[in-house]
Amino acid sequence: MDKNSIISKFKPDNDNLLNILHELQNTNPNNYLSTDDLKLVAKYLNTTYSSVYGVVKYYSMFSLKPRGKYVIRVCKSPLCHMIDGNGLIEHIKQNIGIGLGETTNDHVFSVEASECIGHCDEAPVIMINDKVYKGLDSEKIKEIFQGIKSNQ
Amino acid sequence: MIKEKRIALRNIGNYNPGSIDEYLKLGGYKNVERALKINPDEIIETIIKSNLRGRGGAGFPTGLKLKFTTQAFGDQKYVICNADEGEPGTFKDRIIMEMDPHLLIEGMIISAYSIGASKAFIYIRGEYTESIDSMKFALNQASEKGFVGDNIFNSGFSLDIEIKLGAGSYLCGEELALLESLEGKRGYPRIKPPFPAEKGLLGMPTLINNVETFAHIPYIIEKGADHYKSLGTEKSSGTKIFTISGDVKRPGYYETEMGVTLRQLIYEFAGGIKDNKKFYAAILGGAAGTFVDESVLDTSMGYETLKDKGAVLGSGAIMVMSEGRSVFDMTHSILKFFMHESCGKCVPCRIGTVQLLQIMDEAKNNNKDKKEILNKLLNESEYMAATSLCPLGQSPILPIKSIKQFFENQF
Ligand SMILES: Cc1cc2nc3c(=O)[nH]c(=O)nc-3n(C[C@H](O)[C@H](O)[C@H](O)COP(=O)(O)O)c2cc1C
Ligand code: SF4
Ligand code: FES
Repeated sequence: MDKNSIISKFKPDNDNLLNILHELQNTNPNNYLSTDDLKLVAKYLNTTYSSVYGVVKYYSMFSLKPRGKYVIRVCKSPLCHMIDGNGLIEHIKQNIGIGLGETTNDHVFSVEASECIGHCDEAPVIMINDKVYKGLDSEKIKEIFQGIKSNQ
Repeated sequence: MIKEKRIALRNIGNYNPGSIDEYLKLGGYKNVERALKINPDEIIETIIKSNLRGRGGAGFPTGLKLKFTTQAFGDQKYVICNADEGEPGTFKDRIIMEMDPHLLIEGMIISAYSIGASKAFIYIRGEYTESIDSMKFALNQASEKGFVGDNIFNSGFSLDIEIKLGAGSYLCGEELALLESLEGKRGYPRIKPPFPAEKGLLGMPTLINNVETFAHIPYIIEKGADHYKSLGTEKSSGTKIFTISGDVKRPGYYETEMGVTLRQLIYEFAGGIKDNKKFYAAILGGAAGTFVDESVLDTSMGYETLKDKGAVLGSGAIMVMSEGRSVFDMTHSILKFFMHESCGKCVPCRIGTVQLLQIMDEAKNNNKDKKEILNKLLNESEYMAATSLCPLGQSPILPIKSIKQFFENQF
C-alpha cells in the first residue's frame, strides 16, 4: 500500500498521530520513519514537520534510522535482569553477531533494549517485531534464529 | 488452603475471547442492559458505596472520581481507559484485554453512561500487540451487535470507543502525560491541578481509570454495593489481581480478596520459593514500589495496612527474590529504569535519575561503604521527591527508603 493511502485511513486529527506513525513504521520493510514520512504526516495533520519530529524523537518505539526487518527488543527491566543478567544479549550476539543498539549490515536484524513487556512470569523475555518469546535460554534463542533464517 | 476470588478475572478461560456469542451465552452485556435502566446518579452512588478504589496504583476512590467528572462543566465528556501498563512486574491488564476484552468494554460503557460521556478511548501501550488486536476485534464485534455506538439497548445513550496506541514511554501511563500523548504530543506531564476530572482531554472533563478498575464495575452493578464492600477489608474492599514473578514455583496472576497476606500469595498461590531456597525479599508495586523482607510476610495486603509497614500495594506486582539474590543489583536495575524513563522536562529528575545511578556505579567500582552510599541515595532522592514536577521524579525515593528500612545491613 502506498503511504498516502495508509495515512488517509485515519481522520486528519492530531490525536491520530501516534496511530499513523505506528502504521507507517510497521509497513516499512526497514521498520523506521523517513524524513519524507514525517513531512507527509505533518501536511496531512496540518501541523509542522518539527512538531512531528519532536513527537517521534520522544517515543522509544519509533526510529528515524533504518533498522533490520526484524527488530529484537530485549527486556532489561528488573525482573528479567535478575533472572538473566546479560545472558540473552550474549546469546543473541552469538547467533547474529550484533549487540544492543546495532543493526546487521544486511539490514535483517536490529537489537534494542526494552523495558518490561509484561511477561515477567515467564522471564527472561524478548520481542521480535510484534511477537513475544518467553522463558528463553541459549537453546531456545538458537532455535528462534534458525527458524527465522530458514524462512528468509 | 486459600482460594482465589475472581471478579476482574471471572470470565478468564470460560469463553473464547474472539467470540462475542460465547460471551453472550455467559450473560455478557447483561450488566450494561441493567445499568442503562438505572439513573446515572444512582450508579455513581452505588460505586461510591462499594468503596471501589483505583487499581492502577494510586487507590483513589473510583466513585468520587465519577462524581467529580459528572459535576464538572463541559460540552463534551470523555472516558479513557489507561492500558499503558508499564510498571515492571505488572501484567494484569494484559490478561484482561487478551482474554476477556468484553468485560472491559462493559465496564467502560457503564462508566461513560454514569458520567454522560459519549466518547471513550482505550490507550494501550504499543508493545502490547496482542492486547491491541484483541481489543480491536472485540470492539468491532460489540459495535456490530449494537452494544457500542448509537442508542445502546434503545436507551437513548450512545457511545463511541476508539483505541489509541502508546509508543514506548512508561511515563505516558501517568494520567496527565497520557492526555498529552493521546492528543498527539510528546508525553510531558501537565501541572496539576486542574485534575482530568475538571480539565482533561482537549480541556474537557475526563474520567481516567485503569483496566482492572473498569473490570470491577459490571460486577458491582450485578451484585450491589453491599456485597462488594463485604469482600476484602474495611478500607480496601473487593478483590485485587496480584502478578507474582521471580523465584517462585508458580509465577503468574492470582486474584483474591484484599487482606490476603504476602505469605499466602507466595507460598499458597505461587507454590513457595523455587529450588528449595529461602525467601529473601519481595518488591511490591513495581519499580515505583518498595522492597520488603520477611517481617512483612504476614501483613494484610491492603492500601493502608501496607503503608503502615512502609510498603505499597501499587499495581499489585510482587517480584520475589530468594536467598542469594542481591538487593543492590535490583536497586541498580530499578534506578536504571527511572533514568531511561525520565522525560527530561524538569531538572531535578533529569539530573537526579542520572546521579542516583552514578552513586551506585561509584559504589560498585570503589567498594565504598554501602551505608554511606545508601545515605547519599536517600538524600538525593529526597531532593528529587521535593522538587520534581511529576510523580516519576518522586518515585525513586520509594524503593530507596524501603532498603534503608529493611535491608540497610545487606545493601
Ligand atoms: C509514572 C507513572 C506511570 C503510571 N502508569 C500507569 C499505568 O500504566 N496504568 C495505570 O492504570 N495507571 C498508571 N499510573 C497511574 C495513573 O496516573 C492514574 O492514577 C490511574 O490511571 C488512575 O486510574 P485508577 O484510579 O483506576 O487507578 C501511572 C502513574 C505514574 C506516576
Ligand atoms: S519528574 Fe521526571 S518524568 Fe516527571 S516531568 Fe520531571 S523529568 Fe519528566
Ligand atoms: S521485567 Fe521483563 S517482561 Fe517484565
